[in-house]
Amino acid sequence: MDMINILTVFIMAIFVGNEIINKVPPTLHTPLMSGSNAISGIAIVGAIIATKINGELGTYLGFVAVIFATINVVGGFLVTDRMLKMFKRKK
Amino acid sequence: MEYINIAYVISAICFIFGIKMLSHPKTARNGNSLASIGMLIAIVSTLYGGEVLNFKLIGIGVLIGSIIGGIVANKIEMTQMPQMVAIFNGLGGGASALIASAEFYTQYQNNLSTFMLVTIILSVVIGTLTLTGSFIAFGKLQGFVSGKPITFPGQQLINGLMVISIGVMGTYIVNTPTEINFFYGILIIAGIIGVTLTIPIGGADMPVVISLLNSYSGVAAAATGFVLMNNALIISGALVGASGLILTQIMCKGMNRSLANVIFGAVGGDTAIASGGQAQELNIKSYSTEEAAMIFDAAEKVIVVPGYGLAVAQAQHAVREVAEWLEAQGKQVLYAIHPVAGRMPGHMNVLLAEANIPYELLKDLDEINPEFEDCDVALILGANDVVNPAARHDTSSPIYGMPILNVDKARTVIVNKRSMNPGFAGIQNELFGFDNTIMVFGDAKDMLGKLMSDLKEL
Repeated sequence: MDMINILTVFIMAIFVGNEIINKVPPTLHTPLMSGSNAISGIAIVGAIIATKINGELGTYLGFVAVIFATINVVGGFLVTDRMLKMFKRKK
Repeated sequence: MEYINIAYVISAICFIFGIKMLSHPKTARNGNSLASIGMLIAIVSTLYGGEVLNFKLIGIGVLIGSIIGGIVANKIEMTQMPQMVAIFNGLGGGASALIASAEFYTQYQNNLSTFMLVTIILSVVIGTLTLTGSFIAFGKLQGFVSGKPITFPGQQLINGLMVISIGVMGTYIVNTPTEINFFYGILIIAGIIGVTLTIPIGGADMPVVISLLNSYSGVAAAATGFVLMNNALIISGALVGASGLILTQIMCKGMNRSLANVIFGAVGGDTAIASGGQAQELNIKSYSTEEAAMIFDAAEKVIVVPGYGLAVAQAQHAVREVAEWLEAQGKQVLYAIHPVAGRMPGHMNVLLAEANIPYELLKDLDEINPEFEDCDVALILGANDVVNPAARHDTSSPIYGMPILNVDKARTVIVNKRSMNPGFAGIQNELFGFDNTIMVFGDAKDMLGKLMSDLKEL
């Protein structure tokens, strides 16, 4: 994949993000933050790949990155679910 | 190798639809689940992606991370949500910086392309300053670090010099990647910048900082995506980066201040008090909860205005009890939520949702402001700057021009505060001296408890 291709993907994703996030109502801004936090835990994919490298230090940096990113993913999705469960309509 | 990229596209679609479903509370929970499925697809397909991986190490890492994440997510109080989001932002940034560092460390002796080196440096710089900045933000929210702005002479100059030195060292590395000491230098300075950018920001400006750090954590992930040429990271990072930036803009608009003013303005320090001008004497009427109960008894329409004080006192359930009693008497109760009430975007909404208050009753600034005209009682719980009428007319006030809740238009304004201390902006609130304002001092939870029993005795 060349540079221009991934830059195009990046810019298109920003536009998509802009469109959909502007429609999230203020009442859900905290879940949006914790949920997007969980999504930024996608770094776990990079962390998994980094651990394969055979350069001692590199592997351990990847290992710590796996821990950090997993906390983000697991904690982020769970706490968002816990919050969203509480949003109720009027009886 | 081809199918792994298809899997990443599917994950990205799950994330996009997941966020889209957050546009309504009814679909939001399923949206979050959909996004988590997308994450699972991305992780599983990376594990089976055909590369030789260190499964043992990955397994241990995932286990440790899952245990910590699971415990935090289940134990955290809703009032502490800003702290938790701050820490998670930091971990996301830290993970990105670690990955880029690992990539640099193992490959700097090979011929790395300029594009690779630039993205590695970007990822390390943004990731590291997100990590240290988020920990300072956490410390401020948790009370480990003073919530007041911390400033020192020449702060801006030093920040500027640090940014320039990163630029210089970065250029050096791009030309001669084997100079690994410059890499460490960049790492350390980026960490210091994260601290010096966050310490001058006052407690009330925290919603902006948290949103901004949220955005950085996304940008760092996207930069790491460029390093690894990985679409999943680029798309998700861009989504999170955009999300944080939009929230940052909304928060800045809610305070009528530019982002530069929030970051470099250090509002809440001595400067703000000095420019706040002469502290005029206010004629304050302090009432007991019994007297307040009589006012509530005569009211038809009540609007509750929650602020950070409500979160500190954990008074969300006490509010619900009083509101339910008033509703049972046939009175109307609404809630006015200012965009920057609390310490993060949507902080008050989550607290009130926790107390089972239906989200339809929570109104934003534009919706609720016309309602104050025919409202009998505006009950202000631990909010201050967001209801200060000086924002409308006093050009010398530091909060002049900030959109506020027009609570003074209500027939009676009941203000609950712990003491007469000014708010985080460090300015006196003239509202407290208005003819139609009465003060009921005390902790929000205690006050509402007493009010409840007084109401029942009427």
